[in-house]
Amino acid sequence: MSAALLYALAGAALFAIGLAGLLLQPHLLRKILAFNILGSGAFLILVGLGQRDGIIDPVPQAMVLTGIVVAIAATALALALARQLLDLTGQMRLPEDRPDTEPADD
Amino acid sequence: MKAWLTALTVLLCSGLALALGGAMLALPEFAVRLPAQVTANLDTSGVSHPVTAVLLNFRGYDTLLEVAVLLLALLGVFALSRHADEHAPRATPAHPVLQTLARLLAPLMVLVAGYLLWVGAHAPGGAFQAGAVLAAAGVLLRLAGLLPAWAQPGRLLRGGLALGLLVFLAVAVAGLPQGSLLHYPVSMAGALILLVEAGLTLSIGLTLAGLYLASAGAKR
Repeated sequence: MSAALLYALAGAALFAIGLAGLLLQPHLLRKILAFNILGSGAFLILVGLGQRDGIIDPVPQAMVLTGIVVAIAATALALALARQLLDLTGQMRLPEDRPDTEPADD
Repeated sequence: MKAWLTALTVLLCSGLALALGGAMLALPEFAVRLPAQVTANLDTSGVSHPVTAVLLNFRGYDTLLEVAVLLLALLGVFALSRHADEHAPRATPAHPVLQTLARLLAPLMVLVAGYLLWVGAHAPGGAFQAGAVLAAAGVLLRLAGLLPAWAQPGRLLRGGLALGLLVFLAVAVAGLPQGSLLHYPVSMAGALILLVEAGLTLSIGLTLAGLYLASAGAKR
């Protein structure tokens, strides 16, 4: 097993961890962080698989560079949306994640 | 959330990780040799670094749309932060040590950004890295209280934000008579890529800094 394949496998693990966090964490900030972990996993898979035979492929590297910038932009927009939700409702949770028997919990 | 649902989600995600890993181990050999194709065409790209050649020449379309996405995200952040307190964009002055450090570092960071932009033609670097350093300088100045938040970006700032995309679009459309969008003539490719990258560096730096600065002044 080459080091590049190991990176790709670690990327798969990160992807699954991010996905689980996205589904399980009700707090929006944690969801955004989990989404970034998920994205990093995808980038690691792309770069790792792109050099698994020892020859470094510049095409996935360029795609990942593009992806990183888009991920930053998406994260900033998500943070702005979460902040807007906090301003309007005082909650950092989506309506379906709020326990409706309890009052505002944060 | 119910415990069994959590356990099921964890189980399914672990299964996904194993399936992905298994698929990677079972991958066949490459069907297309992209690195060889990039190396073979590197001479016609105008730059000597393969990643820059892919980003701005072979797959310039990706980069063009990416800059558009970046601008759209900033527009979204601006739209959401319009409720920001417009008469209180001044940050509280930071510690004098941080202020002095920021004053010393900001010009150096601009210098580093220029270097990264220039070196991108033949070594790791380029518009995105340079833009990120520029944006970091902007955030640092803001954190030191030396830069006001952007309650309402002025005309010059808006022009700077759109400049990269506009220059890229102009260069892309200028290649249309020669055959296709984003087709650079081989003799001018290097100069055109540098022109596009210079515009992109400024716009990416301003946009990334703007994503922070646009909401940093908002008072709740």
